[in-house]
Amino acid sequence: MRDFSSETMATTWRFALFLCMVLVVSTGPSLGYEEPQPFPMSAGQTDTSNSESGTDTGHETSTEGEGGHDKPNITTLPIVTWKWGHVSAPYLVALWILVCWLCKLIIEANHHVTTYIPESALLICCGFILGGMVWGADMAQTFKLQPTVFFYFLLPQIILDAGYSMPNKLFFTNLGAILIHAIIGTCWNAASLGLSLWGCQIGGAMGDLDIGLLQYLLFGSLIAAVDPVAVLAVFEQVHVNEVLFIWVFGESLLNDGVTVVLFNVFDAFVSLGGPAINAAEIVKGIVSFFVVAFGGSLVGLAFGILISLLTRCTKKVQIIEPGFIFVLGYLSYLTGEMLSLSAILAITFCGVSCQKYINANMDEDSVKTVKYAMKVFANGSETMIFVFLGISAIDKTIWVWNTGFILLTLFFILVYRFIGVFFLTWILNQTRLAPVELIDQVIMSYGGLRGAVAYGLAVLLDENKIKEKNLMVGTTLIVVYFTVILQGITMKPLVTWLKVKRAEQSELTLLEKVQNKAFNHILVAIEDISGQIGHNYFRDKWSNFEERWMSRFLLKPSVRKNQDQIFNVFQQLNLKDAISYVTEGERRGSLEFIRNEHAFVDFKKKFGDDFSEVMPYIMANMPDNYGTMPADMRRDPVPTVSLEMHEQTMKGTRENEDIDAHHLLEQHLYKSRKQHRHRYSRSHFDVNQDENEVQEIFQRTMRNRLESFKSAKMGVAPPKTITKHKKEQQQKMPNGKSSDKAKSYHSGDEDFEFSEGDSASGYDPHYGSAPTRVTYRPGAGIENPVFMPDIDPAAPTQIPPWLVEAELDSNTVAPSQRAQVRLPWTPSNLRRLAPLRISANSTDSFVMADVPTTEQRDDDQLPPPPPSPPNRDDSHL
Amino acid sequence: MGSSSSGMKDVPDAQELVQETGFSAAHLLRLHERFEFLDRDGTGELRPEDFDAIRELAMNPIGDRIIRAFFSAGKETLDFPSFVRILAHFRPADKNRDRAQQEPANSRTRKLRFAFQLYDQDGDGKISRAELLQVLRLMLEMQVTEEQLQCIAERAIQEADLDQDDAISFDEFKKSLEKVDIDHKMSIRFLK
Repeated sequence: MRDFSSETMATTWRFALFLCMVLVVSTGPSLGYEEPQPFPMSAGQTDTSNSESGTDTGHETSTEGEGGHDKPNITTLPIVTWKWGHVSAPYLVALWILVCWLCKLIIEANHHVTTYIPESALLICCGFILGGMVWGADMAQTFKLQPTVFFYFLLPQIILDAGYSMPNKLFFTNLGAILIHAIIGTCWNAASLGLSLWGCQIGGAMGDLDIGLLQYLLFGSLIAAVDPVAVLAVFEQVHVNEVLFIWVFGESLLNDGVTVVLFNVFDAFVSLGGPAINAAEIVKGIVSFFVVAFGGSLVGLAFGILISLLTRCTKKVQIIEPGFIFVLGYLSYLTGEMLSLSAILAITFCGVSCQKYINANMDEDSVKTVKYAMKVFANGSETMIFVFLGISAIDKTIWVWNTGFILLTLFFILVYRFIGVFFLTWILNQTRLAPVELIDQVIMSYGGLRGAVAYGLAVLLDENKIKEKNLMVGTTLIVVYFTVILQGITMKPLVTWLKVKRAEQSELTLLEKVQNKAFNHILVAIEDISGQIGHNYFRDKWSNFEERWMSRFLLKPSVRKNQDQIFNVFQQLNLKDAISYVTEGERRGSLEFIRNEHAFVDFKKKFGDDFSEVMPYIMANMPDNYGTMPADMRRDPVPTVSLEMHEQTMKGTRENEDIDAHHLLEQHLYKSRKQHRHRYSRSHFDVNQDENEVQEIFQRTMRNRLESFKSAKMGVAPPKTITKHKKEQQQKMPNGKSSDKAKSYHSGDEDFEFSEGDSASGYDPHYGSAPTRVTYRPGAGIENPVFMPDIDPAAPTQIPPWLVEAELDSNTVAPSQRAQVRLPWTPSNLRRLAPLRISANSTDSFVMADVPTTEQRDDDQLPPPPPSPPNRDDSHL
Repeated sequence: MGSSSSGMKDVPDAQELVQETGFSAAHLLRLHERFEFLDRDGTGELRPEDFDAIRELAMNPIGDRIIRAFFSAGKETLDFPSFVRILAHFRPADKNRDRAQQEPANSRTRKLRFAFQLYDQDGDGKISRAELLQVLRLMLEMQVTEEQLQCIAERAIQEADLDQDDAISFDEFKKSLEKVDIDHKMSIRFLK
């Protein structure tokens, strides 16, 4: 029932959101185009990001020509004026970005839909709707995806991100296969489609079309490439195995470059005209193909190296460090374009080549920023691309219908894709160690989605040279929709149905990494011994070269040594442990248990069979004296058992505890008078380490201490400062509950054997001192256990002594009567159970502050709650 | 390259070796050439020093261990059939494996066994901490401090060690590498 209502709530909310969006959209364009357009031509061009091109001058002149608002004959000083004309272009850009992202938001909110239909398809559908609205408002499609915007502003971000986050090792081990698919496969697609369509036209299948062979080939080349944007969007959601993934992904990325090159070559051929093309021209075309492709890659490499070098010395300007990556990445794209080399390949290889070095060179924060910003840009522009692909369709002018042409194109694309992939994979399989399976080939063929690159190229066609441009644009759109929507939707079921090997999410293990490295060495050695020159040989040579030269120049000296993979994994694992420590600590309210240095905590280890004898006993003990058990276990440094046990037994009660704890915290937490000092700086982040604030806390707690000390002297609740541990246990014996506990205190004891292997020796001596060290103050010892945690998790080991002292007197913020009865269950209380190391030999009651509660808690549970200190209520904050 | 013209008849026990290891005759021939090339003195047996002639191997951090792995315990020489049998571990897995009654050398377990024995120097069937540390030291040398090495070894053992004996047995070793595509990682392509 509750689910249902929340569901309806969500739907209403979404609907409201959608309405807002509709409002925004419908006002946007109508506002934009109320003004008469002096250049009707530019009306069609005004587009989201088109502000940089000629359009906005159109707007400017239009407003100025109109002279509507600003300039002419002011009779009085206007307080506010309506200046739409000034901001219209950037405003529309921002508005459209917002609208597109809102579309994504709405789509993602409907999670049950996106599990069946890929997001890209839904975005296109959103685009249809938006386009319909625009059309309804303007009776013309005023917003379309413009090739310039697409190629200069939207695409580079996506490709840069793809290159930057490319799994390098996988990519380079499969580079051969990827290149073959990307180059030969794309050429094959282009040529076969062009020729077949041409053949069909001669055969009369498509009626009367004014398209020559060259133009067909041009069309073939623009539509040949599998689109990385579309492919990634679909394959990201279907987790296929990594070889298949890298093949599809790498191919789609590289063949974009190839297809653009091919397109340019054929475009030049079309311009030249049929008769002018002789053998020499064709050879030139082929040469230019390779020059453009490899030249572009080289430009990318050069920029990659440049970025890496630059990040060696950007430590001083850390805040804009991430910016360099973007700027230089973009520059590599533009440089490629400027030199008429393949810009896409340039930016791809820029990302691929620099990733390792910049990640190592830059500060961790910067790396994170780069990664994140990269995703923001890429995802954002991907969203926009799909939405605008949808919007572009709602335009009467581009639709020239030719059933034969469209259907044949679709058919050939699908068929030739299959043929090409199967044939090339068959060749590659001849030499592969692990052949690519048939099913994977099917998926790879089926994953040949076409996308915005094809559309962008189609729009770039010159209408004067190609009469049927609109037909081609329309067909491209249909192909895009067909592949992205239909194939996208069916991809997931197909993958499941064919039982394609999925990617395994393997957990990081150190031994695996070590072993992988050993495998590499072994293989190289075996190749050396058996006199073969294979992959491993080259990889070894490369990694030696890389280590000796590239790393030396491109990496900071300080980070070079951290490059080792095993070491990296080790660090990551340690980090993970640290995080789980903190989580564990948070759960319990404290990190106290870490301070017990004998504690050898292993979060990962599952119980071996050996433990099974111990386990039942512990388990049996758990329920009845739950309250004491965790205490003892924490005290006993055998957490391999205790932590795991906790997880199992505490689950149920944890929630209640949390609620209690939060409640308590809220009520009684000491609230320091915070001095918010927003020290704004554009060049660094500051963590507030303000001395004064700490001072303030210190002073206040000192005052409280003094007060409570006074009241204690008055004899209101004379604290019995030190009692022997033994005595205290004897006190508790009669209640029966603590007998178990008392036994387990003494580690050498018979029936509670935690000690396993090495850990046993660790804590025995510790226990020798245990009985003499415990302080116990029955009455006044009601330290407020909730006081500490706010400082505690942050700096478990660095609490200054005076803060620890302060804790002692925290009865100024002692909880209410009711809360006190419940105290033993707060997680913060539990933390006191672990002894402070220093307290072992010390009788200093300040340092001991947190020990008494250990025993205290038992008392609390007993029927007569401890007498509350009288001064509690007055000093209650 | 010495006896490049050697025919199949020069290869000792050719038929049995083809049967046993799954190498084709062409493979064997090629390997035999290599063997003779390595065998400088032409005794028909390799000694550890012969391997030192391979320059690249000297740069391999665990090269010594791999060479040792070719020689069965106590022996100082290696004849051609043993040479081939060791190399057979590194053949990619066969598609139709059923023909072999006993486990072929290129099976997963045998491949892993080979890797395992590189660690297990004393041959007690367990990788002790010290043994792991030695290998780690070889592979990570100078990049990482000794203390970190200790930690890494400690941690790696902890990960794999299921029966809490502070050492990794072969079964534990196998289990910890369950997810690794051994076929891929422990195979090379032998040229025909």
